[in-house]
Amino acid sequence: MQDLGISVLFRGVNFQRLLGGLWVTLRLALITIGLSCLFGLLFGLLMLSKKKIAKVFCRVWLEIVRFMPQLVLLYLVYFGFARLFGWDLDGETSAVIVFTFWGTAEMGDLIRGALTSIPLHQTESAAAIGLTKGQVYLYVLIPQTLRRLLPQAINLSTRIIKTTALVKMINVTEVLKVGQQIIGQFYRQPDAAFWVYFVIFLLYFLVCWPFSLLAKQLEKRWA
Amino acid sequence: MSDTILRVNDIYKSFDGTGVLRGVSLEIREGEVVVIVGPSGCGKSTLLRCINGLETIDRGEIWLQDEKISGQVKELHVIRQKIGMVFQSYDLFPHMKVMDNLLLGPTKALGRHRQEVEQEALQMLERVGLKEKAYVYPRTLSGGQKQRVALVRAMLMHPEILLLDEITAALDPEMVSEVLNVVIDLARGGMTMAIVTHEMRFAEAVADRVLFLEEGVVLEEGTPEKFFHAPATERAQRFLQSFTYASKRDQAAAKPQGEPL
Ligand SMILES: Nc1ncnc2c1ncn2[C@@H]1O[C@H](COP(=O)(O)OP(=O)(O)OP(=O)(O)O)[C@@H](O)[C@H]1O
Ligand SMILES: [Mg+2]
Repeated sequence: MQDLGISVLFRGVNFQRLLGGLWVTLRLALITIGLSCLFGLLFGLLMLSKKKIAKVFCRVWLEIVRFMPQLVLLYLVYFGFARLFGWDLDGETSAVIVFTFWGTAEMGDLIRGALTSIPLHQTESAAAIGLTKGQVYLYVLIPQTLRRLLPQAINLSTRIIKTTALVKMINVTEVLKVGQQIIGQFYRQPDAAFWVYFVIFLLYFLVCWPFSLLAKQLEKRWA
Repeated sequence: MSDTILRVNDIYKSFDGTGVLRGVSLEIREGEVVVIVGPSGCGKSTLLRCINGLETIDRGEIWLQDEKISGQVKELHVIRQKIGMVFQSYDLFPHMKVMDNLLLGPTKALGRHRQEVEQEALQMLERVGLKEKAYVYPRTLSGGQKQRVALVRAMLMHPEILLLDEITAALDPEMVSEVLNVVIDLARGGMTMAIVTHEMRFAEAVADRVLFLEEGVVLEEGTPEKFFHAPATERAQRFLQSFTYASKRDQAAAKPQGEPL
């Protein structure tokens, strides 16, 4: 065969298969990010609660998430829970659980940070011009919190998108897995691997780059 | 008296068991400017914060005209619409342009129309020399400009009384007078004010009456002439002396006046 390896991508439905895999990646990431925002808000508020036990609980959770490799958590849930509790979780559900467990803690910590970064005198001077409590939140506190939060939340989101690549280890056929299948089929074509991975690299780049641009833009605008 | 705007009646306030205000009374009539001075930590800020309900009081009463501020008032924000307050720290809202800072209170708290207030805001900005800054973000302003905007923001609510808590304390010295001149202008215009300041020359210039607070009690009260030139208590004399410096050349040159810190 004299073809360049890149041609394997245009044989049959290979490119569509890759895009299908990318969609699995994105779907997983989007569900995770959505749930992480939702639970992260609760987590952040819990971190700010005056109850010591709530704070300790959050701290421990956050530490676990930070020092435990995501892959270990994935194996733990996917293989461990199945054996231990007899749960038959499919790969994607396990992944959503693990990544949400992680995202919730990280997002919660960002939300806590953003909330506490607004100085008290902002609240007081807003109250001093006669706004109600609700108006103080609506016009003064929430907009400032979002401005601090959004760039960081976007960065976290791109990290989540990247990390979803791990789920191929628990038998989810996402973009990387599809790539490996294609390479497997064309093992006679030695440079196929390079081109397939290169295209996957481009796909990730195309998905994450706009996010990171947006984050930079927002950071500059709201600095 | 019918023209009394604010009446503070024997109020007490403590933090963690330490009495910060211990029986303070104060009456301010319409158009009157009362300056409150005293050593650091004597309770000046706390007094102003109690007046607009940022702190609750333990005992006593505070009345704004015929409305009681102290105690469990549900509609605190309605009373605050009638009390303007400017603080030491710059507290413009950083995510809003100057004009939006100015319009927030009048449009959201008072429900006035944007166009109408915007015209008024522009006129007021012009009076304080900041008309060209109407549509910039606060971070592009100097400290002195920020405090002038904060004064305009408070005045646009048409308050019955204005409370100023060391509004020039965080400013570079060369910006102090541009802000204090605005305050003197407001005083001339008949604005009722309670002012806390460490600028003694300004205090003397603007005050109708001076209140000397120490350790949470009013030690002395009187006209600026009397307070600054013939203070009655030894404490007040010592306080005023802390604003003067003995000359390097003249050992006996400590008079109770001179350069403010
Ligand atoms: N929220 C608070 N909690 C505990 N103590 C407080 C609080 N606010 C004020 N205090 C204490 O009350 C006392 C009076 O404080 P206040 O801020 O009223 O003084 P001040 O006269 O304004 O002083 P300065 O000239 O330094 O501004 C101080 O000892 C201060 O530490
Ligand atoms: Mg003070």
